[in-house]
Amino acid sequence: MIEARGLTKRFGDKLAVDQLTFTVEPGRITGFLGPNGAGKTTTMRMILGLDRPTHGSVTVHGKEFAKLAYPMHEMGALLDAKAVHGGRSAYNHLLCLAQSNGLPRARVGEVLELVGLTEVAKKRSKGFSLGMGQRLGIAAALLGDPAILMFDEPVNGLDPEGILWIRNLMKALAGEGRTIFVSSHLMSEMENTADHLLVIGRGRLIADCSVAEFIERNSVQSVRVRTSKPEILAGLIVAAGGTTVPGAGGALVAQGLPVDQIGDLAFENGIRLHELAPTQASLEEAFMELTADSVEFHAHAPGQRDAGAASTDRMHPTGVA
Amino acid sequence: MATTQIAPAARQRLLPPETGRAGFGDALRSEFTKIKSTRSTYWTLLALVVVCVGIGALASAGAASQANGISKDTFDATQQSLAGLYVGQLIIAVLGALTITSEYATGMIRTTLSVQPRRGVVFAAKAVVFAVISLVTGLIASFASFFVGQALMSGHHLSVTLGDPNVLRAVIGGGLFLAACGMLAYGLGAILRHTAGAITAAIGLLFVLSVLINFLPQSWQDNVDKWVPALAGSQVWATKVSPGAHQFPAWGGFAVLAGYAAVAMIVGLVCFRTRDA
Repeated sequence: MIEARGLTKRFGDKLAVDQLTFTVEPGRITGFLGPNGAGKTTTMRMILGLDRPTHGSVTVHGKEFAKLAYPMHEMGALLDAKAVHGGRSAYNHLLCLAQSNGLPRARVGEVLELVGLTEVAKKRSKGFSLGMGQRLGIAAALLGDPAILMFDEPVNGLDPEGILWIRNLMKALAGEGRTIFVSSHLMSEMENTADHLLVIGRGRLIADCSVAEFIERNSVQSVRVRTSKPEILAGLIVAAGGTTVPGAGGALVAQGLPVDQIGDLAFENGIRLHELAPTQASLEEAFMELTADSVEFHAHAPGQRDAGAASTDRMHPTGVA
Repeated sequence: MATTQIAPAARQRLLPPETGRAGFGDALRSEFTKIKSTRSTYWTLLALVVVCVGIGALASAGAASQANGISKDTFDATQQSLAGLYVGQLIIAVLGALTITSEYATGMIRTTLSVQPRRGVVFAAKAVVFAVISLVTGLIASFASFFVGQALMSGHHLSVTLGDPNVLRAVIGGGLFLAACGMLAYGLGAILRHTAGAITAAIGLLFVLSVLINFLPQSWQDNVDKWVPALAGSQVWATKVSPGAHQFPAWGGFAVLAGYAAVAMIVGLVCFRTRDA
């Protein structure tokens, strides 16, 4: 179990993590979701004690991480697969980590086998591909047979096979009763793996709920209507408490009213409908919507270079998608 | 190929030990594995011995070739054979700095501290492992330089033996001197965290400062010389006090160098413990 209480980190005048309070419950996969620059990595670094919180505290199994008897047995972390000395062989890299926590040498062979690096164990990690580096990092995290595993963007840059391997691994680890805390900037990545979600933007906690709840709460139901008199129907929908935006192909996209009520409104006012269809925003869109205001750097769409600040917070940031 | 079974370890439950905590002994083993598993360690240590012996041999052969003009009363045959230490101090400083800066350069420090977050333990274990390795190698370099140098000078009645006054102290002192230079650089490495910066600072403090001091007026030099790290430290590997030198005696001079190293180490430890990694 990881517990953060009012966790805050300030770098100069920039607030990277702002008053985060959350609990990562044992025995399930908790997704830590947020756009790039939202403070996910900084939060994880504070959990490990790599960064000192400006305010607040965070504990692992009730203790500050540095106070745990055998840290590797409580929590294994993979923040950055490149955080290895490239001149050292995979075996020696894992051996020096194992020794620091009094783990038996035989354990190194076990984790190498587990991640499929046995054949390159004696090779210097300098020559490893991204995927192999990631496996080495995961092997290091698993060395101490930890109750908690923390991964920062583990699938970033991996090929589809590597992504699938990591997903299955996380599920298998969770199946053994371990706690998994995994960050991502992609909702789609979490949709299928996580049980619980923590969503942050600009260092603040935006949502702390189950995945099902998140979907229910955030995927906005909207209705697509095509009619010969869109202005009149739009006025009626707004009067009834809904909202409308223009959709593709001259359609009207209405939100806030159930599909039946929109149909009835049109019928009662003698408006002919050409199309009436409920649509569900994808989870990715819901996530974008939720974090749109908290994206750190907005990218401009091509041709909109001069659109300026006025429109930036409505634009979906292609750079982080 | 995806094997996703973690079970063996979970079943056996043999790790880690049931009681106690990850401590200094574990960190020592870990740091020893680290230092012996990179090639740069071997190259640097080999270079140290080769350069010390090589330059010492050149200096000794030079002295032997003009033995007639040398008065045995003032000539320090031990110091002559250890002349390679002037360059050796820079090589060991490189290794001392690298011991800690390579962790920052590669990012390994983040992995190191996330398996052993008690930073004082990591810092001390690294320091002890490096101190032992640099002392052992320093002694090898010093003794080898001494024996090679004396052999080259022996035909010319200039050579001394370990039994002569102060000689054994000086040869052992050569090893201690190298280790102290290494520790100074280790401390600087922890403060600066950048390989190039730490090596530059160490060379500046050890070598450049010793040269620059010569540009000061003589009256200043007489007061300042003995506080210059490398000049003070080199007294411990001399057997004779050169006339007119305003230096501390052998161990006093070494204590000055060791003091600089200690200050660098303490400041380094404070930086290592308090800064975000």
